Amino acid sequence: MTFPLNLNELIGQYGAWLAFLAIGFAFGYALEISGFGNSPKLARQFYFKELTVLKVMFTAIIVAMVGVFTASALGLLDYNLIWVNPTYLWPGIVGGLIMGVGFIVGGFCPGTSLVAVGTGKVDGLFFVFGVLFGIFSFGETVEYFNDFFYSSYMGRFTLMEWLNVETGWVVLGVVIMALLMFWGSEILEKNVGGMDQSNAPKARYYAAGTLVAIALAVVFIGQPTTEDKWKIISGEKEPLLQERAYQIHPGELLGLMHDDKIMLNIFDVRSEADYNLFHIANAKNTSMDLLTEMLPDLLLEPSNAVFVVVSNNEERATEAWKMLVAQNLHNVYLLEGGANFWLDVFSDEWNSIEYAMLDGEIFLHDFDAAWGENHPAADPDPHHYEIIFEPKVKLELKKGPSGGGCG
Amino acid sequence: MTTTIKVKKPNFFGRMFAKRETKEYVNPYWGGIILGLVLFASFFFTGNGLGASGGLNRMIVFLEDLIVPNHVNNTPYLLAMAGGLKNPLDSWVVFVTVGAVLGGFVSGFFNGRIKVETNKGPNISKKQRWFFAFLGGSFMGYGARLARGCTSGQALSGGAVLSVGSWAFMFAVFAGGYAVAYFVRKLWN
Repeated sequence: MTFPLNLNELIGQYGAWLAFLAIGFAFGYALEISGFGNSPKLARQFYFKELTVLKVMFTAIIVAMVGVFTASALGLLDYNLIWVNPTYLWPGIVGGLIMGVGFIVGGFCPGTSLVAVGTGKVDGLFFVFGVLFGIFSFGETVEYFNDFFYSSYMGRFTLMEWLNVETGWVVLGVVIMALLMFWGSEILEKNVGGMDQSNAPKARYYAAGTLVAIALAVVFIGQPTTEDKWKIISGEKEPLLQERAYQIHPGELLGLMHDDKIMLNIFDVRSEADYNLFHIANAKNTSMDLLTEMLPDLLLEPSNAVFVVVSNNEERATEAWKMLVAQNLHNVYLLEGGANFWLDVFSDEWNSIEYAMLDGEIFLHDFDAAWGENHPAADPDPHHYEIIFEPKVKLELKKGPSGGGCG
Repeated sequence: MTTTIKVKKPNFFGRMFAKRETKEYVNPYWGGIILGLVLFASFFFTGNGLGASGGLNRMIVFLEDLIVPNHVNNTPYLLAMAGGLKNPLDSWVVFVTVGAVLGGFVSGFFNGRIKVETNKGPNISKKQRWFFAFLGGSFMGYGARLARGCTSGQALSGGAVLSVGSWAFMFAVFAGGYAVAYFVRKLWN
């Protein structure tokens, strides 16, 4: 799981800029050699005469897709760190329809118009001016329909989740769908566009076969499970866990609760009964399953988000911690001694019970009622306590992307 | 006795800028494979896909921030990119955008396709083509921001990593284009 890289850390800000410049360069180059700087060629797509746009786009999509999921299946790349455009369904669809109209009226899309400008096309320049004007207008008018702009939000929502199918099968399905579309395109080009397909390279059949074969391999290998991912990093993380590098003292957690610079998420992984008796203020009661379900959203949290897992002692919290860390969530910690130790520190009534690393998840404190977070020890006043602890939370810079596609 | 006439070979720059033969575009599948490999490399090394309209967006916001900083500070949408000490140009997508123009230029240069010209359908004038390019571009720009990405950032990048929203978006773009194509056929045919 070494990829993607944290470019800023690895080669510095200027290095990262250069890398993105190089990627952009290759992007522009690939568009230009495909003829995407030429507006009439692009427009022919919409009259079924020449389906270059569809062919180039879907070939690129399936090649990149097969690459990404093969790398992920082999454990080289963590899909969790790949930027997947969050779904805002209806704004996306309406925006797409508007763009489709813009495409056929203007003859380009934003990316292709850049290449047109690079090769001296005057219509491309006017198009870019139009795009800039459109973007400017959007920035000035979005406040009138903010509700719509933020509506139908589904977060990081993938086809695998939507269809409830294994990743490999979705990959294979998309490849086959694209190949069928290419087949249909060639028929249309022959019949409507009058293009001669006989001199089209035979190699395209081999390329198609190769893609199907690799997609089948992705089905066969499967995507790494949480256990697989933990195995890869356990050599590095297990010793740190033994050194207690991630178990934070209640005093430190209390400090985090009152730190405005940090977005704190406390996950209480105890039983609902224990949670109802007592829990730390603003802690969310989450089972392991729920935590797994919440993961895509947690991965989208900003880099100042800190996650602390709490159980009665440390057993279940450590399990949850391992799962979250294996899935590459950053800034994850667990509460030292769990809720038991927390109450020892912040509640005068139960001072007699000593903190002990007990086996099993037993809540050592007895309550006369379900206090929840209304108990005084749920949200202690930090000024009342002078606690000496070794601070362990270090905000880690996020690996991978911070913002998306056209962000 | 024969006299050899020395033909002066053109120097480096002479060769660079000699008129190049205009080459054909590559086969679309081949172009797609190269584009796909670029997209894959981008995801693999950086975690990000490609983008174009985002870079243009940030350039506009940068200009707005220079000219009317107070206005930017009062508009939440713009503030997210340019508020306080944030420089809207400090984003990966700006560099991808600039790189794309350069890449297009270099490819056009070596393939003899750099030419100041207006590509258009046979039945409209240059000025009409410019007008419609601007108009279509405005639609594109507006729609791209509404959809949170353009054909590159949403359809291509999000499509490859299997985002539901990106696939819905992609089909919407084609649907929008095909729905109107008949009515604007004079522009292209």
